Amino acid sequence: MAGKGRGVGAFTFNIEALGIGRGSMPDSRVGPMPLFPNIDFKPVPLKAGEEEDYMLALKQEMRGTMQRLPHNIKCHANKAEVERYTERYLKQSQLDDANWTPDWSLLPKELMPQKKKVVKPVKKKKAVKISRKETEAMLTKLDELEKKDDGNPEKSDDETEKKKVNEGEEEEEIEAEEYDEEDVEEENDYIDSYFDNGEDFGGAGSDENVDGEGTF
Amino acid sequence: MTAQEVRLCGLLLQEHFGEMVEKVGTHLLKSGAQNLRMILHETGISLDLHGACVFSSGRKGPGSPTEYRTSCDRILRILRYPRYIYTAKTLYGDTGELIIEELLQRGHMTMSSTVKTVADRLTQNMEDGRSMDYNDVSNSFSNLVETHFLQRCPPPPRAGPKESATPAPPPVPGTPTPPISTSLPTAESFPDCYKVPHVTLIGRGKRPLSSEDVDDQRNAKKAKMDSETHGDEGICWQVNFERFHLHFRDQAIISAVANKLDQTSSEIVRTMLRMSEVTTSPSATCTKPLSANEIFRSLPTNYNIARPILDQYLTLLVDDPMEFVGKAGESGGGMYVVNMHRALANLARATLESVVQERFGSRSARIFRLLLRKRHLEQKQVEDFAMIPAKEAKDMLYSLLSQNLVQLQEVPKTPDYAPSRTFYLYTVNQLPTARMLLQNCYKTVANLIERRLYESKESKRLLEKSQRIEAILASLQASGAEPEQLTEVEEMITAPEKQQLDALRLHINKLDSAENQVDETIFLIESYVNSTTTTS
Repeated sequence: MAGKGRGVGAFTFNIEALGIGRGSMPDSRVGPMPLFPNIDFKPVPLKAGEEEDYMLALKQEMRGTMQRLPHNIKCHANKAEVERYTERYLKQSQLDDANWTPDWSLLPKELMPQKKKVVKPVKKKKAVKISRKETEAMLTKLDELEKKDDGNPEKSDDETEKKKVNEGEEEEEIEAEEYDEEDVEEENDYIDSYFDNGEDFGGAGSDENVDGEGTF
Repeated sequence: MTAQEVRLCGLLLQEHFGEMVEKVGTHLLKSGAQNLRMILHETGISLDLHGACVFSSGRKGPGSPTEYRTSCDRILRILRYPRYIYTAKTLYGDTGELIIEELLQRGHMTMSSTVKTVADRLTQNMEDGRSMDYNDVSNSFSNLVETHFLQRCPPPPRAGPKESATPAPPPVPGTPTPPISTSLPTAESFPDCYKVPHVTLIGRGKRPLSSEDVDDQRNAKKAKMDSETHGDEGICWQVNFERFHLHFRDQAIISAVANKLDQTSSEIVRTMLRMSEVTTSPSATCTKPLSANEIFRSLPTNYNIARPILDQYLTLLVDDPMEFVGKAGESGGGMYVVNMHRALANLARATLESVVQERFGSRSARIFRLLLRKRHLEQKQVEDFAMIPAKEAKDMLYSLLSQNLVQLQEVPKTPDYAPSRTFYLYTVNQLPTARMLLQNCYKTVANLIERRLYESKESKRLLEKSQRIEAILASLQASGAEPEQLTEVEEMITAPEKQQLDALRLHINKLDSAENQVDETIFLIESYVNSTTTTS
């Protein structure tokens, strides 16, 4: 540090020994190196012959085929909801490639995609120990309660919601219960009687906001 | 894994296998062996896709949980695929070429599926009415296996007492179940590595969409036959890269001899190498000694080399400073060996010298060669020996030093390393310089690939347009259109666009070809570096 001001360009050793004089130093660099510096000697041209052309063709062909092989995995965009027109005309080979499965004997088992089991029934079976008959009875009972008891939407909400969760999953099997879906409350802050299905539009139920709703 | 290697591997994976594989691959390269959960966690991709990604380059480790590894070398070989295929073509014709191509693309396949695919492809290119017989293809396949260009895939290591799968040919009695070892089983350690299974394959290649009724009937029958198993399920074959590398190395030595001396001496060396193919191990320093009598008997007859002439040539080869051939004794008319490692070292040295020459000029190359020969020289001595004026010599030395091609060695006279009392010697170390050049080559290839991708991306719109027009033209021609329609479609590309397309194609071809040729240098230097690690 003592020599900072005095010996900015000083070297720690005697550069005469290397044979390099102070004056023959190249210019100090200002800023970063240019991206394409000038070179004194141009590179040798490429070998060009039949062999090289053939290998070039091989290389480009191979690149093309490898990109089409099923090994090449593109990010699977989510399948569009609407089936595209072109999908109808996809070649069978492309479809086969999309469903390609590798030879599992050579890969460890853990890489195999597991079939997605429907997890809900398993959980459901454990949680719901009540028999179906009982649930049906409970539901009809609660519906009656609910229709009677408009002033207590919260309580019936909780109960019906539990049942609804169980019921929702058995939906396909219980056809008789389907119509209950519409009547069952969702847990929300709105008081049941404010909403109407449009059946009594302009009727007694909507006496609060008649002026607010515009008819278009 | 150096940074350059990882970058190049990433680019190669992306080009050939897609982005998912690239992510997994670069992650594995950077962090070594890992198990599945870590990989999924750190790359953030789902299991379904991951399974297929690991397929082509991953290898498994033993024990639970399975670890996945990938190796740089394996991925960098992708650069050399065209060379492998071309070599197969020169040695075994079109059939061999297609077999190797299929196996390189798929990684590994069973013999029956390879034979079928290749026969179909060959049939496509033949004239109408002719098709390729499966037998011919099977014969080519067996030839490739006999000369060890193809080998069986090693059985996957199973964690547990399960025996490795060896269907059809019964396992050699007395072979114990392979113990779980920490190292991966190489293909060579598998005892049946080069045995061709007995496969029943009768049939001919098929053309796609053949319109004749006879073919249809035959195809209907064939379809039934195809669904049979051919007795070799589970035996997968892969390309034996090491064998190809030995072949390339031999070719390099032979062509070097041909360039330095003459055609006849290269034939002699070729004969010697051919004779020692089976007796020499891949990493041997030199071939087994061959007597001059044996060489004389095995020479190709069309060369008409008399016995005394052969002796003269051999003496010439031994005396040559490149040291390709050495004399190992006097019995049998003289025992001669081909010095593999020495030859590789000399070839690498020649490459280094030519790099310096092309980058810095012939006078700098003279200094470089001088330093290689004389090992350590002072500044003054360099000027004197190279016969270059002092100032220019200083400049050249300094530029070589700044590029790290030449190193400085301090030799102190006193223990305190005082600068005025220390010798400063310039020196060149061949091995570290070769390694540095190898990394430069990797960087070069990575830059070439990136530039090519950049060029294609810039003109993506134009390329797509031209592809569409080509497709339209092809379909019009197939359906028999008039010439006016064809010209009309062709005119959809304007003249300046055509010029642009031509220029683009030229650039891309040049960049691609440059990749192939840099790979030749990479092979040479890699072989040299590998040969030094085995001996030391």
